[in-house]
Amino acid sequence: MNKIDIFKISNKKFKSRLIIGTGKYKNFKECAKAVKASGAEIVTVAVRRVNIVDKKKPLLMDYLDPKKITYLPNTAGCFTSSDALRTLRLAREIGGWKLVKLEILGDKKTLLPDMIETLKSTEVLTKEGFKVMVYCNDDPLMAKRLENVGAVAIMPLAAPIGSGLGIQNKLNIKIIKQNIKIPLLIDAGIGQASDATVAMELGCDGVLINTAIAQSKNPIEMAKAMKLAVEAGRKSYLSGRIKKNFFGSASSPKEGII
Amino acid sequence: MLKKNKIKIKLNGKVISVDKGINLGNLINKLKFPLNKIAIEKNNLIVEKKKIKKIFLKSNDKIEIVHFIGGG
Repeated sequence: MNKIDIFKISNKKFKSRLIIGTGKYKNFKECAKAVKASGAEIVTVAVRRVNIVDKKKPLLMDYLDPKKITYLPNTAGCFTSSDALRTLRLAREIGGWKLVKLEILGDKKTLLPDMIETLKSTEVLTKEGFKVMVYCNDDPLMAKRLENVGAVAIMPLAAPIGSGLGIQNKLNIKIIKQNIKIPLLIDAGIGQASDATVAMELGCDGVLINTAIAQSKNPIEMAKAMKLAVEAGRKSYLSGRIKKNFFGSASSPKEGII
Repeated sequence: MLKKNKIKIKLNGKVISVDKGINLGNLINKLKFPLNKIAIEKNNLIVEKKKIKKIFLKSNDKIEIVHFIGGG
């Protein structure tokens, strides 16, 4: 337990197991402060058109230096494989990014992933040399299939994106962990710090959080809370919880009772 | 009426008029976008950034310029 607990994704090593989404903040300044407070070494970013009207608009890269923090380009807003592939190829062209987050949505209301398109795209992207971290359903069989076609991390939802409902199917998350060898991260659905702790206690290798921090009343303090929650959950998991018991077991010795 | 020495292209979904004979490098310079922070598509094909000065724009070309923004 004393040695440093390294988090490895596709041969890249990290100390922090918390990935921060950079959307929904008041501004880039607040976002950068929250990222710093969270201790995260990876942030997700979206690919969008530049603003050709207002060219003085600040750029994310001016606030979060991609040389100091790992950018994880995502495909948020994509509903088809071809849109997702186009987005990530463009992301790679910006500056050589190969580690990416694939997210293909199938339903505008729930934002649940379209797993047929996701599986297909994971395979194509992997063949093109991308290292694909995949947003997916909490389906153990699908997680295994994604691993088989080359995903470098499986990122099932805890609950729908931005819902803040916490982990809805702990059993599936545990089964996924047992079935795959690549890192497992909870992506989407975290609402509060204890949700992140539970995710880590279930054996997840990391957690990706955006809305729960960005939309909280105090994003900087919430970022700190999430950092501690992930660390606490990880330590709790590694330390090995006690067996559950139906009866009481006194903590103080009986000997010497007065 | 479009002037003789101008052509119309579509940039990020918006029709704009640019000088005839302009290359993609000139356009990016004019827009003042830092090249290391963007990616460019011409008619749905990704453009290698080192080649932009050799790519000349034609009427009705569709150019997309993207960058990273905040996202989850």
